[in-house]
Amino acid sequence: MRIVVKPEVCMGCQICEIWCLVAHSMSKDILNAFLLEKPRAKPRIVVERNPSEYLILQCRNCEEPKCMFACISGAIYKDNGVLKYNEEKCVSCLSCVMACPYGAVKFEDGKIVRCDLCNLDPVCVKVCPNKALEVVS
Amino acid sequence: MKFENVIIGNSSAAIGCVEAIREIDSDADILMVSADRQAYSRALIPYYLRGKIELEGLLYRRQEFFERLNVETKFGIRVERIDTNKKEITLENGEIVGYEKLLIATGGKPFIPKIEGLNARDFFTFQTLEDVLRIKEAVEKAESAVILGAGIIGLMLAEALVEKGLEVKVVELADRVLAPVLDKKTSEIVQRKFAEKGVEILLNNTILEVRRNEKKILRLKDGREIETDLLAIAVGVVPNAELAKNAGIKVNRGIVVNKRMETSVKDVYAAGDCVEIFDSIAKTSRPIPLWITAYMGGRIAGFNMSGIPRDLSFVTAMNSMHFFDYYIITAGLSNSEDGEVISRLEGENYRRFVLRDGKIVGFIIAGKVGRAGIFTRLMEEELEVSGFKDKLLNDNFGYVDIPEAIRWNLLKEKVKFGVVRDAWI
Ligand SMILES: Cc1cc2nc3c(=O)[nH]c(=O)nc-3n(C[C@H](O)[C@H](O)[C@H](O)COP(=O)(O)OP(=O)(O)OC[C@H]3O[C@@H](n4cnc5c(N)ncnc54)[C@H](O)[C@@H]3O)c2cc1C
Repeated sequence: MRIVVKPEVCMGCQICEIWCLVAHSMSKDILNAFLLEKPRAKPRIVVERNPSEYLILQCRNCEEPKCMFACISGAIYKDNGVLKYNEEKCVSCLSCVMACPYGAVKFEDGKIVRCDLCNLDPVCVKVCPNKALEVVS
Repeated sequence: MKFENVIIGNSSAAIGCVEAIREIDSDADILMVSADRQAYSRALIPYYLRGKIELEGLLYRRQEFFERLNVETKFGIRVERIDTNKKEITLENGEIVGYEKLLIATGGKPFIPKIEGLNARDFFTFQTLEDVLRIKEAVEKAESAVILGAGIIGLMLAEALVEKGLEVKVVELADRVLAPVLDKKTSEIVQRKFAEKGVEILLNNTILEVRRNEKKILRLKDGREIETDLLAIAVGVVPNAELAKNAGIKVNRGIVVNKRMETSVKDVYAAGDCVEIFDSIAKTSRPIPLWITAYMGGRIAGFNMSGIPRDLSFVTAMNSMHFFDYYIITAGLSNSEDGEVISRLEGENYRRFVLRDGKIVGFIIAGKVGRAGIFTRLMEEELEVSGFKDKLLNDNFGYVDIPEAIRWNLLKEKVKFGVVRDAWI
């Protein structure tokens, strides 16, 4: 499965980004996640902005994942068709950042930040008011 | 004994190959023979030396992986000979194994320059598990180290050794560190990082002679003599191509392969550090000893060995490196002066692009490296970037900065071949 974006109906509300952050926080509570938790959790979905435009760049769970091919440690692997990331095996060499053509793997505060498809039930898809995000298999 | 697929080696290229074969064909029989006892990542040995990972963390794929993928393994055994007429390989224990398709993925080995008085016992290399275990032991008793070669591997070793409290010197023939991939500005930042940690980098210099008392005495090109407990040589990697050469397979600097990873001999493929390959950007064939090149080459070989014709369409040098938490990603003709060069340096954040005919042919991103893969992509697509080239220099450059008409073309779903589906861990 993977998440696809319909840019024509995305209005840049960032709700996906907010709830992605919450889903990856310790408390899973929006106020705690934003106001109390330190360091603040990182959203996995990438929303690009410039003064006039915005654009969602989600991990595409590529069929031929360059991030995985580039990974020197075996931290990135596929499990039942889903890309998985084992943080314990990762040495932060950033080969995945170098290889991901969409820039969907981030490196923030010394950590790799990447989509985990929320156990196959991605919160970004659920919360999008416009159905701009969709799961396809 | 005969197998449909025989793979020599069990590292990056070899694993890429089995994974591809299994995507196509769950039944084809596969034998993997390797001198290494386990499939580990050579690229992780610096992290092991630094104590960032345990020995077990070096394993790139676990032993169960081979069982799950139904791959027969003969690990810890060297291949002595390939007979391409009989389509057989001979192992060091005398065993003979037939193949229908063969992949040679024998990797690379450290290049050792001729130095007067140098014995094999005098120095370490930093390439294999055995190397790192020997270094780890030697470090316990050593106070000082000299590393010949300020390339990525030499500098990673220098970082690990200085962290362990050794007094470290690096001797480099070029006038700056990492000269093959970095430009002057980035080299200087890296040199400063090492200087701050007390590592002395001796540029424009080399070791001419080694003598020894309790320590090793190195006579340098500039006439100076320095003493050291530990000496490591890391001046480069060369293809390990003897096996192929002795079998009459065409070898220049590395084993010669085409885009399908076929060698000059039918049904024999090669991939990884042992080959020389056409660099799509530099437009010349050369060894590109990097993990992703090895994995992708092995993967493409696997498809072709399984009867699915596929080309390795884009290859160039791509490095992701870090020293004392300073990150650098480079690709293509990263430090070339030939073309239009645009760059921006702000503190230690640096971006440099080399454009030819309005297309990116190389880049260096250092400091904030996030999302550098986008540039690798633009390079691979040979996209005309002149219209928005200034934006490339912004820290947060993204697809949103690419004109809409081109952008959607880049972001639309591509139907690609091959489904990566197994649980690989
Ligand atoms: C210290 C270090 C750090 C590195 N860091 C990076 C990095 O950050 N990023 C990156 O892209 N690359 C890095 N590299 C390079 C990367 O590790 C190599 O490009 C990669 O390992 C090449 O894989 P390969 O499959 O070609 O063969 P190798 O990894 O070289 O392995 C060769 C295999 O062939 C087997 N073999 C050889 N001869 C025989 C024989 N006669 N019979 C049987 N088996 C044989 C060996 O046992 C081994 O399994 C690093 C390398 C080192 C040493």
